[in-house]
Amino acid sequence: MSTGTTKLDVVVSDVVPVNELVTRFHFRRRDGQLLPTFSGGAHVVVEMRDGERTRLNPYSLMGSPLDTREYTISVRRDNAGRGGSLFMHRQVRPGTEMVVSYPVNLFSLDLRARKHLMLAGGIGITPFMAQTAQLAADGGNFELHYTCRTASLGTYADLLRERYDRRVRLYHDDRDERVDLDRLLSSQPLGTHLYVCGPSGMIGWVRERAAALGWPAETVHFEHFAAPQPGAPFDVTLALSGKKIRVDEQQSLLEAIEAAGVDPPYLCRGGVCGQCETNVISHDGKFIHNDHWLSEEDHRSGCKIMPCVSRFEGRSLVLER
Amino acid sequence: MGITFRKETFRDDFTFRNSPEHIRRFPFPFHEDSYMYAVNIEPHVVGPKGSVLENLIDVDEHYVAEMQDRALVLAEDPLRCQSLPHMTLAGWDLLELLMEQQALGYPEHFTLTRDGDRWRWINRPLGIDDSFTFGDVSTLPYGPMEYITRQSQGDFCILDQRDGNLWMDAGMVTTQADWSLDFDIGMNFFEWHAPVPLAHEKGIFVRALKFLTNIQQGKPARRLNWTMTINPRLDTSPENYHKWGPDRATVTPENVGDKAHLRVELQSFWRLPRSNAIVFPIRCYLIKMDELVTQPKWARRLHRVIRDLPEELANYKGLTRYRPTLVEWLSRLDDGSPTSAGFGPD
Repeated sequence: MSTGTTKLDVVVSDVVPVNELVTRFHFRRRDGQLLPTFSGGAHVVVEMRDGERTRLNPYSLMGSPLDTREYTISVRRDNAGRGGSLFMHRQVRPGTEMVVSYPVNLFSLDLRARKHLMLAGGIGITPFMAQTAQLAADGGNFELHYTCRTASLGTYADLLRERYDRRVRLYHDDRDERVDLDRLLSSQPLGTHLYVCGPSGMIGWVRERAAALGWPAETVHFEHFAAPQPGAPFDVTLALSGKKIRVDEQQSLLEAIEAAGVDPPYLCRGGVCGQCETNVISHDGKFIHNDHWLSEEDHRSGCKIMPCVSRFEGRSLVLER
Repeated sequence: MGITFRKETFRDDFTFRNSPEHIRRFPFPFHEDSYMYAVNIEPHVVGPKGSVLENLIDVDEHYVAEMQDRALVLAEDPLRCQSLPHMTLAGWDLLELLMEQQALGYPEHFTLTRDGDRWRWINRPLGIDDSFTFGDVSTLPYGPMEYITRQSQGDFCILDQRDGNLWMDAGMVTTQADWSLDFDIGMNFFEWHAPVPLAHEKGIFVRALKFLTNIQQGKPARRLNWTMTINPRLDTSPENYHKWGPDRATVTPENVGDKAHLRVELQSFWRLPRSNAIVFPIRCYLIKMDELVTQPKWARRLHRVIRDLPEELANYKGLTRYRPTLVEWLSRLDDGSPTSAGFGPD
């Protein structure tokens, strides 16, 4: 059976520019019913129908899980990306009818934690908006350290400070403010869980320091924001369905497979959940692996690829799809 | 038209029976003439009218009697219901799920009214009419999981999901086939399945865990499991083994049709929205041999399944002692003619 999610028909109820890069979108159900309840850290996959092309991008839900009249997401404009964020910024208006998936949580709070220590970088703040709302409503113990480039790009920084006061600490790159990470990680009470969401480099750094300072791996939670990257076009043969497809510069391999009428299962479309893992039957060329699911050994073997985020350069690629 | 709830017992004088309609809707678990483990999981979607799948949470004629039996078990042994401290939110999730599903499927018996977090729950068969604040434990007579599972047929395990595994961190377990929540509480998926023979070698648990951790909200799944029980006893727990274990030595050719029961579990798996936990309802259906063989196809098929069951499985399911008696009795109802494909009676 497919492990994809059920879809929700929604309408955009509001579009709010937050700063020069980030815009917030509000969705309500077209039938007027409440949306499904979700848990802090969950995302939805937003379907963007842009003429002939359909893009599906995951975005964290950032509203309070206690309010299911609407879902809200924040989209950072990425001028060098594949066009999903530009589509959202330029084409989507209040009243636009869209389709989103049921919520899926791959970045869940560990409710056993005595304290939740959160580290956010840039747009990685969004899952923490929902998690802090969930914890605050139930008297949960949390502390959020949020790094942004400048004060004007500190998306929701003011709001978080207003809501949670000293439980939120801000760091601005342009003022050379840095989290004193080793000190922070060394001074936490027993039973603290660590959550990190932001750029890859930040996640790697935090995980490395936490491991070096003796944090058990089960207490360190992270979510990569690995949006598919554009790249040179390439051709693929789908052996099971007997199709030959071309992956455009702005298209992910998974989107190209779907456009050909083949539907592999997926949940995250960001290289972490493992659902769309695909066997490689043969190849002559070089893989550009961008996922966080396959092991290094898998990457070296050339036998597997995650089509949601990874690409290929070379003469031929045959997949078991 | 509502359900007529039976007055019956699952202990002492064992007056439990199925009405003719309930015999026909029994979830017979064998689709062919033999049985081996498989990852037999399918989407939990609504099935045919008049089947146990007509509603995703099934309420039947045994509801009131089962809830009375549960109350007796809990009075003797409160540890049949446990919830680790981090599982309260999941308990509220389960309360919402069961109230919504029971009210949806059986509006003549259950009514749920919601005004924000102020809820009113009416359970007519049990004579309950409670108003409470959703999320506020102090407004209910029990914790949310215990409150609603004292009013819902079947056992319930709530599995916390973390570190790529599932953890048995809460549950209400009073109608179990010889396992103990008190023993398993806090264990992970591989730990609590350790006693099951053969399935590990087949890699079944690794695949099953991968499937379960990916269950999505709005897309529940289900499977059937089965064993046999002597006398219609719901509470066949290890804690009470001294009460039911010896029953297995009482089976004779004369009483096997009345005493031996096929015990089928309809297991379903649901993602809970607020806690991101999985709830695993295990709904037990019992049918005595005399009732089951009123459907000739089931009689023929059950004979072949029990006769050919691998020794390890027969031992694990506790059938060894009375299997020859049962097979001999069933063989008289099996003329060797073929049985049609599928689960249902002809």
